[in-house]
Amino acid sequence: MITMEHVCKSYKIAKRNAGFREACKALVHREYETIHALSDVSFTIQDGEMIGYIGPNGAGKSSTIKILSGILTPDSGTVLVDGRVPYRNRIEHVSQIGVVFGQRSQLWWDVPVIDSFALLKDIYSISNAQYKQSLEELTVLLDLKELLRSPARQLSLGQRMRCEIAASLLHRPRILFLDEPTIGLDAVSKLAVRDFILKQNQIAKTTVILTTHDMQDIEALASRIILIGKGRILLDGTLDDIKKGNDDIDQTIAELYRSYDIS
Amino acid sequence: MCATMNKILSSIKLYLHYVSINIRSMMQYKTSFFLTTIGQFMISFNVFLGIFFMFLRFSSVEGFSYNEVLLCFAIILLEFTMAEIFARGFDLFPSVVRSGEFDRIMVRPQNEIIQVLGSKFELTRIGRMLQAVVMFAYGIAKSNITWDIPKILTVFFMLISGACVFFGLFLIYAALCFFTLDGLEFMNVFTDGAKEFGKYPMGIYGEKILLFATFVIPYTLVQYYPLLYLLGRRTSALYVFLPLCACLFLIPAMLLWKYGVSHYASSGS
Repeated sequence: MITMEHVCKSYKIAKRNAGFREACKALVHREYETIHALSDVSFTIQDGEMIGYIGPNGAGKSSTIKILSGILTPDSGTVLVDGRVPYRNRIEHVSQIGVVFGQRSQLWWDVPVIDSFALLKDIYSISNAQYKQSLEELTVLLDLKELLRSPARQLSLGQRMRCEIAASLLHRPRILFLDEPTIGLDAVSKLAVRDFILKQNQIAKTTVILTTHDMQDIEALASRIILIGKGRILLDGTLDDIKKGNDDIDQTIAELYRSYDIS
Repeated sequence: MCATMNKILSSIKLYLHYVSINIRSMMQYKTSFFLTTIGQFMISFNVFLGIFFMFLRFSSVEGFSYNEVLLCFAIILLEFTMAEIFARGFDLFPSVVRSGEFDRIMVRPQNEIIQVLGSKFELTRIGRMLQAVVMFAYGIAKSNITWDIPKILTVFFMLISGACVFFGLFLIYAALCFFTLDGLEFMNVFTDGAKEFGKYPMGIYGEKILLFATFVIPYTLVQYYPLLYLLGRRTSALYVFLPLCACLFLIPAMLLWKYGVSHYASSGS
């Protein structure tokens, strides 16, 4: 179970006007602006839920993911993930979660994918038996058989994403964070990734938290949607709550963003 | 006790796994590897030529002969090269922080330092290593040192501790990147600079440099003072263990690194 209560997080960002002269001025005296990435964010996620975490760019999605995965420490508020405070005991926490950053690879570029997996086995201290079993299951479910022996640099984006997801699940995390997992994928790969995530959630009961700008992802996957804008939770409900009979999901979300004035 | 032993063993195993995957990656680019290795050899060979030609005109520098200076240079070059082979990941750290790759390190259940160490194993520096080993052998053969066990120990401690000092400097460099988000070229004064200055015994640069290089960054503990002992100009057995004191330099370096990581956790950039 994941709970966040009254979590706030702000950053200081240096600001200056355009131009070389302004850049020189900023060397001497810098003006800072405080950005409230998260202000008073609270929610609870039960085991086995599949959450679509949506919001426009800069709304605070990745700050939330970073706090939940132990990378960032919040300014105030309490965070508990399965009874652990993520940022307090990082190593213990992260051995129980999996994180996929859609825009960044965790595979070694120049060696066969299976070599990267073998390294992850040591990083996560996975036993031989469990590693073998996880690998077999993931190979079948994600159709990796032909990919494992190729170096990551020779894979297409879709093939690589399937390998990335497998890499994040080798240690059988209870919670999986997916940060834009379908970004840039072709239709076939997108469907394959969605199909797998759904299965993973149903069969292994993995809690999935998914951030995406692709509303078809949300439609296909998320049973519950949390909408964040300007650092605040604006809406927390099911897909039907949001759609209210409207058919086009992109249209609906765009209207929603406009109605909250966060677009 | 047994648990910590196991933990250390599994860390070593993990590190070796990193090394092996680095070497496998590198083998994909054979030409690049050989050219870089040769280049590394040439660079330090140039420095050697500099010393060689200078000694054609002058027979000694502040009472140190050609062979003694070679030995001194070889030792500091070995120390620096070892640090670079193993800790190159910290040298390349600015790009890791900037690209956000450090997030990936943070979501893995292993110590951050071992992951950064493992991220790059720079085998191309073997070219420079070769140069250093040849000079080292030559310096030892020609410098009329009567070898005994304390002296062999001294050399051993010098090499290990010297590598630690340079590793500490790399660590400080990387820790500062958490605050500046950019590489600080001035740190090269202390790493590459020490390698250049270090070709001569530090004593020749005068007292102020000697003080700085003893109490701020302890180069002299791994170079000048134990060298005097090796050459028989100092006799106290204390000099054998002096290099080990230099390892204390790792403590502030580690603390700064920890502080950097916690800053990253609160600023996230």
